[in-house]
Amino acid sequence: MIPPLIELNRVYRTFEKDGEVLPVLQDINLQVHPAEILCLVGESGCGKTTTGKIIAGFLDPSQGQVLISGKPQSAYRRSERSKLRRSMQIVHQDPFASLNPAHTIEQILSFPLRRHHMVNGRNELRRKIWELLTLVDLTPPGDIVNKYPHQLSGGQRQRVSIARALTVNPQLIIADEAVSMVDVSIRIGILKMLHRLREEFNLAIVFITHDLALAKYFAWEGRLAVMYLGRIVEIGRTQDIIQNPAHPYTRALLSAVPEADPYVTKKKEPMKLRSDNIPSLNNIPSGCAFNPRCPFYMPGTCDTVVPALSNVSQFGQKVACEPLRLRGELRLYET
Amino acid sequence: MKPNKVVFSVRDLSISYSAERGRVKAVTNVSFDLHEGETLAFIGESGCGKSTLNLGLLRLLPRAGQIDKGSITYTYRNGRQVDIRALTDRQLKRFLWAECSMVFQGALNSLNPVLRVSDMVYDTARAHNLDRSEAKKRALELFEKVRLEGKRVFTAYPHELSGGMRQRVLLALSLLLKPQVIIMDEPTTAVDILTQRSILEVLKELRRELDFSVIFVSHDLAVAAEIADIVATMYAGEIVEMGPVADVFYRSRHAYTFSLLDAAPRLSAGDQELHSIPGSPPDLIEPPSGCKFHERCRFATDICVSTQPELIAETGRHFAACHHSDRVLATRKEVVQV
Ligand SMILES: Nc1ncnc2c1ncn2[C@@H]1O[C@H](COP(=O)(O)OP(=O)(O)OP(=O)(O)O)[C@@H](O)[C@H]1O
Ligand SMILES: Nc1ncnc2c1ncn2[C@@H]1O[C@H](COP(=O)(O)OP(=O)(O)OP(=O)(O)O)[C@@H](O)[C@H]1O
Ligand SMILES: [Mg+2]
Ligand SMILES: [Mg+2]
Repeated sequence: MIPPLIELNRVYRTFEKDGEVLPVLQDINLQVHPAEILCLVGESGCGKTTTGKIIAGFLDPSQGQVLISGKPQSAYRRSERSKLRRSMQIVHQDPFASLNPAHTIEQILSFPLRRHHMVNGRNELRRKIWELLTLVDLTPPGDIVNKYPHQLSGGQRQRVSIARALTVNPQLIIADEAVSMVDVSIRIGILKMLHRLREEFNLAIVFITHDLALAKYFAWEGRLAVMYLGRIVEIGRTQDIIQNPAHPYTRALLSAVPEADPYVTKKKEPMKLRSDNIPSLNNIPSGCAFNPRCPFYMPGTCDTVVPALSNVSQFGQKVACEPLRLRGELRLYET
Repeated sequence: MKPNKVVFSVRDLSISYSAERGRVKAVTNVSFDLHEGETLAFIGESGCGKSTLNLGLLRLLPRAGQIDKGSITYTYRNGRQVDIRALTDRQLKRFLWAECSMVFQGALNSLNPVLRVSDMVYDTARAHNLDRSEAKKRALELFEKVRLEGKRVFTAYPHELSGGMRQRVLLALSLLLKPQVIIMDEPTTAVDILTQRSILEVLKELRRELDFSVIFVSHDLAVAAEIADIVATMYAGEIVEMGPVADVFYRSRHAYTFSLLDAAPRLSAGDQELHSIPGSPPDLIEPPSGCKFHERCRFATDICVSTQPELIAETGRHFAACHHSDRVLATRKEVVQV
């Protein structure tokens, strides 16, 4: 079997802030397989970006292990490491902040191509740049190469960021809210392009978003991980989770999202939570972090036991919830 | 059903900004009526003029902006009418908050950090000759209504409140002087899903209990679908379609509304075939000829390039400015099948 591209084993990450140690990620277990789409969703501050950075190797875990193609980083020679790192690229939310305003698009794409010796000579460089711009539908490339980032629209800039990520032939792209700042009317075009690139280059894509409808659309054929306060509370095939959410937090999120369909959205019944307050990271509730808000709350259980991810379906849908386990809704398919 | 009394009546309103390259025609010939008790939602992409229009309604435009033409007629609860453009600054000051209040886009982050919530309440009360104790009593009531702990919130500084709490504080404060209209510009943008949900629920509850109309601005079609009675689609500074929410969503008659819906993922819709709109919104300094959407429109023909379509009534209160509204409607019906 081909090992996962990236595997996080019992990964923890803390940050220090004002003398306090914040447990930003706790016990994250996650695999990213070649050419798959994995979507991370959850509310602001739950640790999506931090997880993405650890996957990409931009950030080390405080505890736990990151395996790259089945082996820890230390098992690779130094020269291989920088290559591995390059094979994982992040595309950020704000292309304005990540593209140097003083450089033309041609320069922006030339730097990584030359630095990593991806091309030989001027002609090949030029050909490669045109090829990349065509790949991201910035055509004709001749109209684009001499422009500066501020002369492009938000959507075009994001396409340039994606082209830049592609300069080094990555195996994995982490798209962190990559279309959140792009207008609704042109988002779908960028997502379709990412789908096409995935097929063409066998790219794995970790898609980070707080927009569930967008996650559903983009990762329909892939997997979804729902995070809450630094932990994964549910993970599985996107279709299964959207159609049959198990964790009360996932259910609450899905039932809360308005839909662009007046009859459907007015008929939806949002799940009532016991509290609207999101606990802060320096005061995470004991047991299941969702317990103070959870309608399934069982005193004595949810506030003491940290639930483990267990199977709810034979297709790998896993959920971390003690009440569900005690009701016998989990383990049903455990092998 | 006979529509209620009209509260705001806007006719041929145009607003522009001065910029280096020329005048930005941010709002062009906009006309609409806001009826008593209704929620009117403006939808459309970034830069289409939603905020400008609403700032213009209350004459709160930044310095570079000006109203070029048009009328804004407001009808008080007692039936008396005024032309907002003709109010003196003093009259305008009294009008704001008491008759119409506004929760600004990004207000969440622009609250003055050194003012407690109570200071904001008292400042507003003073400006409108409302008794302090009366103001406090009313603020506490409203905080409870928006599901906040009134006493704790009243003495809090903005940084002590979460984003969702601040947004609810702003919503409560906007109702302090019992206005007839509140304008909310993207109140749920940039907040989390569950926070957005609680704001929407609170707004719906308030609307059931108190009597006011709402102008709601959002680029999020889903939020508009949920809370609007009437939806107006804006494109490049113009209202291109307007009507009851079900008409606009299920029986769209403007190619732009159609295309926006065709690009909007829906959570419960399963595997969806969606289409984005080619190109990007036009330059508002030199807008395109004819229908401003024609360069990006899959329905466009020669007439769309040469002739600007007028906003005309399709059925009842449903209006559209599209040369091909029949073809759009037919295509939309194929998609929706209701
Ligand atoms: N370098 C850092 N130093 C201190 N705290 C940090 C650092 N990076 C992240 N955090 C904290 O870790 C938590 C998780 O942050 P992260 O950016 O991963 O969340 P997120 O899920 O991506 O949120 P958002 O949806 O807002 O982007 C937050 O509380 C954040 O403030
Ligand atoms: N102070 C200003 N000076 C010059 N142009 C401006 C100014 N404010 C806005 N504009 C321009 O006016 C047009 C309409 O902007 P407006 O903010 O009203 O759009 P919007 O629909 O509210 O967009 P968003 O969804 O991004 O809030 C845009 O082209 C914008 O660039
Ligand atoms: Mg993030
Ligand atoms: Mg705006």
